[in-house]
Amino acid sequence: MPDIQNYTLNFGPQHPAAHGVLRMVLELDGEVVMRADPHIGLLHRATEKLAETKTWVQSVPYMDRLDYMSMMCNEHAYCMAIERMLGIEVPIRAQYIRVMYDEITRILNHLLWIGAHGLDVGAMTMVLYAFREREDLVDCYEAVSGARMHAAYYRPGGVYRDLPDSMPQYRESKWKSAAEVRKINEVRSGSLLDFLEDFVKRFPKILDEYETLLTDNRIWKQRLVNVGIVSPERAMQLGFTGPMLRGSGIAWDLRKKQPYEVYDRLDFDIPVGVTGDCYDRYLVRVEEMRQSNRIIQQCIDWLRVNPGPVITDNYKVASPPRANMKSNMEELIHHFKLCTEGMHVPEGQVYSAVEHPKGEFGIYAISDGANKPYRLKIRSPGYVHLSAMDELTRGHMIADVVTMVGTIDIVFGEIDR
Amino acid sequence: MSAKLEVLSLNLQKHLGKQIRSQQVALGEITIDVDVGDYVAVMTTLRDEPDLCFEELMDLCGVDFSTYANGQWAGKRFAAVSHLISVAHNWRVRVRCFATDDNFPSIPSVVSIWNSVNWFEREAFDLYGIVFPGHNDLRRILTDYGFIGHPFRKDFPISGYVEMRYDPDQQRVIYQPVTIEPREVTPRIVREERYGEADNA
Repeated sequence: MPDIQNYTLNFGPQHPAAHGVLRMVLELDGEVVMRADPHIGLLHRATEKLAETKTWVQSVPYMDRLDYMSMMCNEHAYCMAIERMLGIEVPIRAQYIRVMYDEITRILNHLLWIGAHGLDVGAMTMVLYAFREREDLVDCYEAVSGARMHAAYYRPGGVYRDLPDSMPQYRESKWKSAAEVRKINEVRSGSLLDFLEDFVKRFPKILDEYETLLTDNRIWKQRLVNVGIVSPERAMQLGFTGPMLRGSGIAWDLRKKQPYEVYDRLDFDIPVGVTGDCYDRYLVRVEEMRQSNRIIQQCIDWLRVNPGPVITDNYKVASPPRANMKSNMEELIHHFKLCTEGMHVPEGQVYSAVEHPKGEFGIYAISDGANKPYRLKIRSPGYVHLSAMDELTRGHMIADVVTMVGTIDIVFGEIDR
Repeated sequence: MSAKLEVLSLNLQKHLGKQIRSQQVALGEITIDVDVGDYVAVMTTLRDEPDLCFEELMDLCGVDFSTYANGQWAGKRFAAVSHLISVAHNWRVRVRCFATDDNFPSIPSVVSIWNSVNWFEREAFDLYGIVFPGHNDLRRILTDYGFIGHPFRKDFPISGYVEMRYDPDQQRVIYQPVTIEPREVTPRIVREERYGEADNA
């Protein structure tokens, strides 16, 4: 009888659990993974090189397409990098709006993650519930920017426009009766903040529902507990950030440790795991959603009573108001220069990082004083986490590979850039 | 400079001293330049010295300075720039290391100091052609299998050299030279100092 050798298995790129275009070459001994070699780059668009050929502000929409599950957080890091190089102050109201939308984004991202992760390991219904809640939040995206995903709402110097006073309404159709439409439009009768507040009030209960489905679920625990344990030392050595690092028991969160915008004025807690397995990372992310919910509520309360400008009045950076542009020569020139040539960012280099739902998202920008970046490096958390895939899966069963892909929270837009 | 940055700056001077070629502080960040020869030793000190204690490497990227400020750059062409973070002290530092040979850029690998740098060095090799001796798995990572060239170098055109299409005659996908015309909508402009000021006329 011939000896049975290790054999290699091609996982993806067209595998439903590959979360996009992950191709992984797995070396197996029976059902045990001996080595995992992820092949990435199938979604490589050279965003960083493209950014070198665009003016600074033209790259903002590109940032949405990096991690296309947490769009505004990407924009945030990019805008912050430009603002720091220019040395401009963002109006306080814009900072609150940004923080609020960052947290909406975090919930959006974690909802998708919990749905996809559930789907991966066999909890089919999670994704349906998670997308029900995502619907309300992408409506908030839409109300403020006109786009449900790729918002391009943050701009260097602030945000594109103030929060709207009304929400778009549903209309009667073949699929929705008048009574039904009246019912769903009820929460949409007020402003965006009213709509969001209604969501914030409902959301903790919804999270409790999720937890009854998963937290004590036998199958869920069998698939997650003690799978993919990462010790705190290894987590740091492997460059983990965000929930991956906190799951291993290190209380590291840029929102607390190196606060940006108005995070230092808000009250929230940082959940930390104990064992560093997939189950802890699940618990950390669920608790993060609760904390995000708290932050959103605080931002709503502040935004209700504090009107003000939402973008800088430095017309070398942001466009002047349109009405002035039509009647004032100076403003017209500013607008023309901004739209044809773009702003000039002073020579220098900066690394700006935000606490992205997946970890530390950093933008390293080098400017030589031109109207375009000289070099833009995007430090995406998923890239580093995926590079640890080999260590995470080694010695686990092949079914656990899918759990690991889920727990890393992979989105290929940011990994391949 | 904030108090924290000052402490870090002093600690860097104390423990690295002459190994730091130059040190800049700008926008609340410290950048140190090191020689290729000292690179690994500096990185090891940065991680192991309790006064510095950079446990995590956040990022490493290649940079091509050949067209910086329209070709005004006098130094070496390629650099590897890494960003380190200390969880214990809550501070960051940026380490820049220029490769000595512009035609064959080579910078020692730090993958044994921080394992997280593995894919970053592969990426810098793939996109810039910087070689990292000491890295045991220096393959291309982001570009296509069989790709030729280093696409992020400044002399590599944005449209690339080859394009791929389906050929109905041969009934397969073929590569051919690119047919797109390069087009620049907004030209790249570097203004001279104090452009547009009244006394500069």
